[in-house]
Amino acid sequence: MSTEVVEKVEVKKDKEALLSKKRKALVSNPMDSDNPITIQVLGICSALAVTIALEGTLIMAMAVMFVLVLANVVISALRNTIPNRIRIIVQLVVVATLVATVDQVLRAFAYEQSKALSVFVGLIITNCIVMGRLEAFALGNKPWDSFLDGIGNALGYGWIIIAIAFVRELFGAGKLLGYQVLDKAWYTANGFFATPAAACIILGVIIWILRARSGYVED
Amino acid sequence: MSKLNKNSNGYIFGYAIILTLVCGTLLAFVSEGLRGRQKAAELVEKQKFILKAGLGANSLDGLSGQQITELYDKVVKVDMINSKGEKVDADEAKLSIFKEYKKKDVTARSLPVYVVGKKDNPTEVESYVLPTYGNGLWDNVWAYVAIDGDVETIEGIVFDHKGETPGLGARITDTVIQNRFVNKKLSYSDNAIDAPDFQKGEGNNYDNEPQKVDGMSGATITGVGVNEMLDVYMTLYRPYLASKKK
Repeated sequence: MSTEVVEKVEVKKDKEALLSKKRKALVSNPMDSDNPITIQVLGICSALAVTIALEGTLIMAMAVMFVLVLANVVISALRNTIPNRIRIIVQLVVVATLVATVDQVLRAFAYEQSKALSVFVGLIITNCIVMGRLEAFALGNKPWDSFLDGIGNALGYGWIIIAIAFVRELFGAGKLLGYQVLDKAWYTANGFFATPAAACIILGVIIWILRARSGYVED
Repeated sequence: MSKLNKNSNGYIFGYAIILTLVCGTLLAFVSEGLRGRQKAAELVEKQKFILKAGLGANSLDGLSGQQITELYDKVVKVDMINSKGEKVDADEAKLSIFKEYKKKDVTARSLPVYVVGKKDNPTEVESYVLPTYGNGLWDNVWAYVAIDGDVETIEGIVFDHKGETPGLGARITDTVIQNRFVNKKLSYSDNAIDAPDFQKGEGNNYDNEPQKVDGMSGATITGVGVNEMLDVYMTLYRPYLASKKK
């Protein structure tokens, strides 16, 4: 009724277990075979931009999780009341409210990191993963399933950007989470890894590995 | 729900209005509730910059926000001056360096000087920390420049920026880059001060040239902006610094 592109995951049987097989798949699929970054190729801009160091990336991953999960739940709870003609605007308002909240909280409690992440926190609003999940899932499924879907996709996004940040900080600065791990005496930080171009290449390699393993091919 | 026509204009308007009100109210509460902490975080950051410039890049390692504020209150005194070096009546806490920077008439700017005392003897001057503001490549850059008691030697410098390119111009926030200014000298002329300048290229040795600083490869325009900012502001501070010359 709301939209034709909704993926209906029919978990309607009255007493389905809270964590049935289907529901577990809602969390596990986006980590691997239906990963938002490597398979759907969404959320690439922030994956390139915020992955220069692990600490900021972890905060970004948590921020995206907060926004994605809550937005999914809220939109799913409201799904039967949302007028179809303004559903995108409604989604945007909900997402923007959540993102503005995250931004304010970061500025109060993690000021330095909020400065380092700068506009990219605000840009979660336009992160295609968030809008994509709202349109494709939350509008057609119940809040608990949407919650799980949000967790799964946020983790799927999170682990990829954390993996990229790990490589970039390790080789770009010889550090991990700000601590020097590669001795400066024999390791010269490779500035190339600090650039977004390096992130693009690392992301490409990750996509390559994951797709080679799963045998996924673009249509 | 079934009786309501969800596609009627009335329903849509009503829905939009209620949603906006709810979200707006929520955000207003969040913003109001966190404002105190945000202001405190900004203040601690400023104090951190001033102390790092004035006492050394590693002087605050391991200190919490509260300890930084305590140290700041202990060792820092503020002189508010104008470009003639005269004291002016302005409240440092309310002063925005950015707003002063926007004043077209540079001589109308109020300039704070943070007089940093020694850690163990706050009455003895360790350095004068001078805030500066300018333009980088994409947006504003600013710095806290610490000048030694001899009003000639740069003791430390802390840069920050709004939107320089990560990995290129944004490197001005790296301690490695900032340390390149340490022990460089200001050069006094009749009406101006020439501050040390970033040079083109990187990896050159300027140890014996107190007016030259090894540049940042790939960030020439940020470097030029920084150079200009330092020259303009050091000149504004010249009368004050000259008056402190022993």
